[in-house]
Amino acid sequence: MKGAPINNIFDIAGRAMGAQLVRLNTIASNMANAGSLAGSREDAYRALRPVFETKYAEQFRKTGMSTLDAVEVVPLDREPERIFLPDHPKADDNGFVYSAAVKPEEEMVDMLEANRQYQNNVEMVTTIRALMMRTINMGK
Amino acid sequence: MEKIADNLAFHASALALRSQRNTILASNIANAATPHYKARDIEFNEEMNKLERSGPLSITDDQHLPTYRPLNPNGVHYRVPLNPSLDGNTVELNVEQMQFSENAMRYQTTLSFLNGRIAGLISAIRGE
Repeated sequence: MKGAPINNIFDIAGRAMGAQLVRLNTIASNMANAGSLAGSREDAYRALRPVFETKYAEQFRKTGMSTLDAVEVVPLDREPERIFLPDHPKADDNGFVYSAAVKPEEEMVDMLEANRQYQNNVEMVTTIRALMMRTINMGK
Repeated sequence: MEKIADNLAFHASALALRSQRNTILASNIANAATPHYKARDIEFNEEMNKLERSGPLSITDDQHLPTYRPLNPNGVHYRVPLNPSLDGNTVELNVEQMQFSENAMRYQTTLSFLNGRIAGLISAIRGE
């Protein structure tokens, strides 16, 4: 899929939608893990982010076509919050637990943006498809 | 046969160019969230002028190249953003979407012109 050729609008929008879907999935994982507690700093959950990269068509300079791929998903370099909860079953020797490094507000805003961009791509395909159908019926 | 092709040629190339511009704008919209992506576009009038000037040259040898080039390699320009964003991305969704809908509308207009011409030719052929 990564090296697949980019031939038409369906490749462009389809792959961009795939990338946005990866983004939505990571947001869902982040939200699901928000507030989860861990017994050590290393075990604490850190928010994930997809890395987007533009993929250019082979004949890019002629056609101007390019699309988007989510090349990898990386955890953010953020420190989990240390909470003093001595009676928590996961508490370490000093009585601390570590809360997941996820900011729900940030994730929600990111989700809205991903959602909007996904919709833009759907809209684009709808428009182009309508144009193509009209072109097929040309002269009738 | 050539006369029929000539009759449709202008709108046919306009349609091809519009379609090409659509894919470029689609690429911009697809990359609206990619850091460092630079929005691109073509100048429709400029490209159309190029096509016009290239003219119909007859091909008399296998090694002759056709003059019809849908898009010059240096015809794709970068868009100058109104509000550049911090991550180096120059796609502005409002601009791109307006351009995209305008281009789609103009594509349909060209299509109507073509339909009109074809209808004219058909009625001439039928002699109605």
